[in-house]
Amino acid sequence: MADKTTIHGMVGDFDSPDQLMDAIRAARKAGYTKLEAYTPFPIHGIDDAMGAKPSILGYIVVCCGAVGLTIAILLQWWTGAVAYPLVISGKPMFAFEFAIPIIFELTVLLSAFGAVFGMFALNGLPKLHHPLFNYSGAEGITDDRFVLVIEAGDHQFDAAGTREFLLAQGAAKTELIEE
Amino acid sequence: MAQLTHDQELKDKLSAPLAYGNPNFHDVTEAVSIISEVKTHRNWYIALAITGSITGMMGLMIAYLIVTGVGVWGNNAPVGWGWDITNFVFWIGIGHAGTLISAILFLFRQKWRTSINRFAEAMTLFAVACAAIYPGIHVGRPWRAYWLFPIPNEFLDMWQNFRSPLLWDVFAVSTYGTVSALFWYVGLVPDLATFRDRAKTKARKLSFAIASLGWRGSATHWKNYEKAYMILAGLSTPLVLSVHTIVSFDFATSILPGWHTTIFPPYFVAGAIFSGFAMVVTLMVIARWIYKVEHLVTMTHLENMNKVILATGCIVGYAYATEFFIAWYSGNPYESYVFFVSRATGPYWWAYWSMVTCNVISPQFFWFKKLRTNIPFMFVISIIVNIGMWFERFVIIATSLHRDFLPSSWGYFRPTFVDIFTFIGTFGLFLTLFVFFTRFLPIIAIGEVKGMMAANAHEEHYLDEAVAASQGKEPVGAAH
Repeated sequence: MADKTTIHGMVGDFDSPDQLMDAIRAARKAGYTKLEAYTPFPIHGIDDAMGAKPSILGYIVVCCGAVGLTIAILLQWWTGAVAYPLVISGKPMFAFEFAIPIIFELTVLLSAFGAVFGMFALNGLPKLHHPLFNYSGAEGITDDRFVLVIEAGDHQFDAAGTREFLLAQGAAKTELIEE
Repeated sequence: MAQLTHDQELKDKLSAPLAYGNPNFHDVTEAVSIISEVKTHRNWYIALAITGSITGMMGLMIAYLIVTGVGVWGNNAPVGWGWDITNFVFWIGIGHAGTLISAILFLFRQKWRTSINRFAEAMTLFAVACAAIYPGIHVGRPWRAYWLFPIPNEFLDMWQNFRSPLLWDVFAVSTYGTVSALFWYVGLVPDLATFRDRAKTKARKLSFAIASLGWRGSATHWKNYEKAYMILAGLSTPLVLSVHTIVSFDFATSILPGWHTTIFPPYFVAGAIFSGFAMVVTLMVIARWIYKVEHLVTMTHLENMNKVILATGCIVGYAYATEFFIAWYSGNPYESYVFFVSRATGPYWWAYWSMVTCNVISPQFFWFKKLRTNIPFMFVISIIVNIGMWFERFVIIATSLHRDFLPSSWGYFRPTFVDIFTFIGTFGLFLTLFVFFTRFLPIIAIGEVKGMMAANAHEEHYLDEAVAASQGKEPVGAAH
């Protein structure tokens, strides 16, 4: 077996999303667990096939939204009723009625920050380098190639055997990529 | 045989042609990327020189305004809000169609939005940039424009008035601009990675590598990405409705006849979508022609947008009629004076009837399929609609202000050359940003179009099977 510390995994490069999906299902059936698929666009049902857990992004967004809501209430109450109380047309110093537009806007703003920056954080981006970019055909992934990587950390990984397996699934090309 | 033709027709209808000529994934990458990869055409420099000069003129006008004062505009008692607010609302409204296409149509699973959403979102951003200029320079001392935000500072020993709709507007518009920019960027990241992977020169590779943040399209990436996109669409939908609602509060919460109406929020939102879609049609017709992407932005897209223009045009017309009805039915003499005298028959009759002609009458032609699928015709109508929508904002602002309650405070708004050239200049800025966008960025969402094609291929497969099952025969395609 090759030296595991320097090898990232075995690439199987497929022509179509359907072939990739079949290969993922077959790989999991064969007992492989450390898999990652790389595709030019999101493929419907791939998370189920990979056995991936649903994204936790929603929880991050809800928390950020709650922070935005709290900031908006405190900001409007503190500035208007505590720090600089000023009577304007006899209106109350603070009331939820007039505070609602800004409460809404800040909730949305912080939720959006949560969605965008949370997504990048969960994806580990920005990232300067990733072993995938050592693959000679990596450029195809953002075009029309559908790639399955069986990682070297998998207990069943074996360079020759895994290559055989991927070719048997119809991979047009396989390649061992380094860390 | 007749049955077969019928089924084929049905199939064609169900899977309306969103991309012609059955392009495969690589063709889509090529078609979109090549636009930015070819050597810069001479015409691009010419276009940039023209739009850049117009933007420069705007810069001069703004510089003149800053050194002299807001008095260089035609705003004066009793018309304290003139072209500045008109143009602000005009540009914000145009932006709304972009968010509608990218967010609301996404939630409604309207697949036809895919080829036009990138372009429409860019339009939103650029329109918001044009709109944001006005409040910034209208404050009188633009170097203190940051006082609009609750930023602690040593000069302003007080806080903003959160009971004022103008401050709500600051929050609404800046949130809208920020969220639109984020939404746009999130959509761009996978396509920027495509550009990175296709880059031939080191500089190009490096800049797109930085811009795409190391995106590699793993299943994990896409999982979080799709979730983020869905959440952003869900957030943007109420946001876009809130923005024009809050813009309309600037007027509706005042006690001025003609402004003090509860109809304003929905009426402003419908008008914003109306003008925004018209602007998308104007720009798409030009872009299709220049960049030869007719197979990706098809007649179906244009026709659908024209249907939206027709629908929102009817809503706007209905709102105009309701305003008149309420002015009469309420029995309020001030309200009916504004509508029956100031607007329809007074000194601004020409602006009012231009508005009605452009906004209510001109979209009615789109009831006819021949006209709404005719490119030169829709181009002209889309421009007329935007002229009409500019007049709408001008009519609302000027007619309600020009005759104060005392006849001694009556006046008539006349724009100065600074008003006029600043407004023309904002078009220069808008187009300059477009000129850069179409040159350097993917103008069509490459990844999304591919995803849609893959989904369609699956659906067609099922349709083939359904058609075959209904006839008890082999699938239609199987004979070949």
